[in-house]
Amino acid sequence: MTLEFFTISLLNGLSYGLLLFMLSAGLTLIFSMMGVLNFAHASFYMVGAYVAYSLSQVMGFWWSLLAAPLVVFALGAAFERFCLRRVHQFGHVPELLVTFGLSYLLLEVVQLIWGRAAVNYALPGELQGPLFTVFGIHFPKSRAFIMAISLVMLAGIWLLLTRTRIGLVIQAALTHPEMAQALGHNVPRIFMLVFGGGAALAGLAGVVGGNTFITEPAMAGSVGAIIFVVVVVGGLGSLSGAFLASILIGLIQTFAVAMDQSLMTLLGRFSVVVTPDTFGYPLLKLTISQVAPILPFLLLVLMLIFRPRGLLGTREG
Amino acid sequence: MASTFQAVKPFNTGRWVVWTLYALLLVAAPLLFKSSLSLTLLSQAGYLVIICLSYNILLGQGGMLSFGHAVYSGLGSFLAIHAMNLAASGRFYIPLSLIPLVGGLSGLFFAALLGYVSTKKAGTTFAMITLGMGELVFAMSLMFPEFFGGEAGITTNRAYGKPLWGITFGPQIQVYYLIAVYCFFCTAAMFAFTRTPLGRMLNAVRDNPERVEFIGYNPRCVRYHAFIIAGFFAGIGGGLAAINSEIVTAEVVGSVRSGSLLLFTFLGGATFFFGPILGAVLMVLALVWLSELSMAWLLYVGLMFLFMVMHAPGGIASLIVMNLRVASFGKLKTLWLGYLALAVTAFAALMGAAAMVEMIYHLQLNAAVGPELKFMGLTLNAIQSATWLSAGLVFLTGLGLFELARRRFVVQWSRIQDEIEDEIETEIKRRELL
Repeated sequence: MTLEFFTISLLNGLSYGLLLFMLSAGLTLIFSMMGVLNFAHASFYMVGAYVAYSLSQVMGFWWSLLAAPLVVFALGAAFERFCLRRVHQFGHVPELLVTFGLSYLLLEVVQLIWGRAAVNYALPGELQGPLFTVFGIHFPKSRAFIMAISLVMLAGIWLLLTRTRIGLVIQAALTHPEMAQALGHNVPRIFMLVFGGGAALAGLAGVVGGNTFITEPAMAGSVGAIIFVVVVVGGLGSLSGAFLASILIGLIQTFAVAMDQSLMTLLGRFSVVVTPDTFGYPLLKLTISQVAPILPFLLLVLMLIFRPRGLLGTREG
Repeated sequence: MASTFQAVKPFNTGRWVVWTLYALLLVAAPLLFKSSLSLTLLSQAGYLVIICLSYNILLGQGGMLSFGHAVYSGLGSFLAIHAMNLAASGRFYIPLSLIPLVGGLSGLFFAALLGYVSTKKAGTTFAMITLGMGELVFAMSLMFPEFFGGEAGITTNRAYGKPLWGITFGPQIQVYYLIAVYCFFCTAAMFAFTRTPLGRMLNAVRDNPERVEFIGYNPRCVRYHAFIIAGFFAGIGGGLAAINSEIVTAEVVGSVRSGSLLLFTFLGGATFFFGPILGAVLMVLALVWLSELSMAWLLYVGLMFLFMVMHAPGGIASLIVMNLRVASFGKLKTLWLGYLALAVTAFAALMGAAAMVEMIYHLQLNAAVGPELKFMGLTLNAIQSATWLSAGLVFLTGLGLFELARRRFVVQWSRIQDEIEDEIETEIKRRELL
């Protein structure tokens, strides 16, 4: 492993990990606060990207960076108000099911409005081009921008939850809803705002992720399962756990896709010759880059076997 | 005198009638619907009934919301098709009628393997883990083209070996009857499972795991066993699917398949044993018939799903049972006017909405062939504002009248429910006096 490969993979892995954190932060917030696993979370990410694409043609990228998360916020809050709140009385499974249904609907609606092919959501001029060059390889500005936004967001959530009055009320409403209600706070409205806020975080990830990667109807499906892995591996409901897990998974995936070693090359080091007739040849010839897509899920399985509550989780349940 | 012996159960006539009717229905269905399309649909419905029922062991009876059930039916399909190919090449012999058991055993094996990890947690975490497992297996299917056949999948020929009593399993009708026999016995076995101590413990684990733990059972163990049993039946269904279509591609283990199993099992009704059977029939109809009829079929299915989750969480089965209850008290005839009003107004609103949706889809996908499209025997022009206005008008009027009808119906319905409650009360009082 050369130093330049290491540096570039490290930077790419960090930026992908931070994007994953933006996605899983909203999911973790909603889950830890309302106990609702939002299955449509990745769909909000997709909607964020598409809305930003449309808005950026009218008002430019920088204004849509502000406006698109607000649109997603409104969508999320409306969904909580009119759908989720109704099924709350039936328990957790219908809550999950209703968000699952929403993920189907959002995919269809996005395809209805923006078509089934990828849209040309380009980077704004200020974010195009390399930020710096290491070992002759450019590190793009857009990736650095994702990292910056993600870190600002992390600081923002943390300050909001621990240092403001709203944060106090939110935390009180989660652990002691009746008491908070009795003290005159409107708990249903707080839940609506929390859900909308979580959705808006996913929307924000969509705004910055959509033009760095690609804006297409399959984008929700491609991150949907990974963010659940992040949340489980990090420990359910733990924001810092989600941060750690998303960086970890981002790094693992980025390093893995660039490695073409396999068990066959490893055995070759010990001068064991592997031919297509050797037992288990299909397994031995697989390179690490081919295995890369399943690594997060393998991590999930290993985590569940050895530490079921996740990296920083506190609850066993 | 208080009896110290358990009373002998009377002969349960109702149950025998229902199961006989079910068997007769399976036998007679291809005689009633003779076309080759309906035979294909019936065969698909047959194995989907098994898979949906096995899914409901998890969802309805165990309260486990799995997002990866297609893994077990899909891997059952793959191993079944490999077994068929091996048998056809003559390396070992296994009759085709036992191939579904190969699928079942492989479903059981993988459920035992993966379920050990997935059932460690319950509730929401379980849902996420099964989703991850599904993705894991699907990603693996692209890594091992030798086993999963890559993009093209694996094909086979089901008519191998010497025919027994002239049955070659070449014609579709013979395959249908094979599926029907398995369908009947699997349904019976799964119903019997709900009556076993394990099945009852599973219900208890769903409703109150803490209490189950308190009386000395391990809820995780109960979930794990149920998961294995569900995997076995899913594998049988998968094996039958492989026999039926003679090709298996990697999509059968994918998350889309798992999602639709969940969707339709729920729509059919997870709270009743027979709900998933309705769900499976609905699934075949939606996947084949509705998708032919409209490009927006997924949108309609999604909307219907959301509507059902919010307003009728028991699914279609619960609607039927509630109306049967009303009927058994002889009050259904007072409701028919209300139902008629609901149906007519809902139909109008749906038609208006569907016309608009179809026009949007037409503009989005088929604009090249011109603005005209056929919809329910009408020709709509998708770029004329008059079409849009009238469709919108039909939709809004329908919706408004539906809301009025619904309010009256709700009042009437709850009055009837109260009357039924009263009747039950008086009946109980009367019996107490005897």
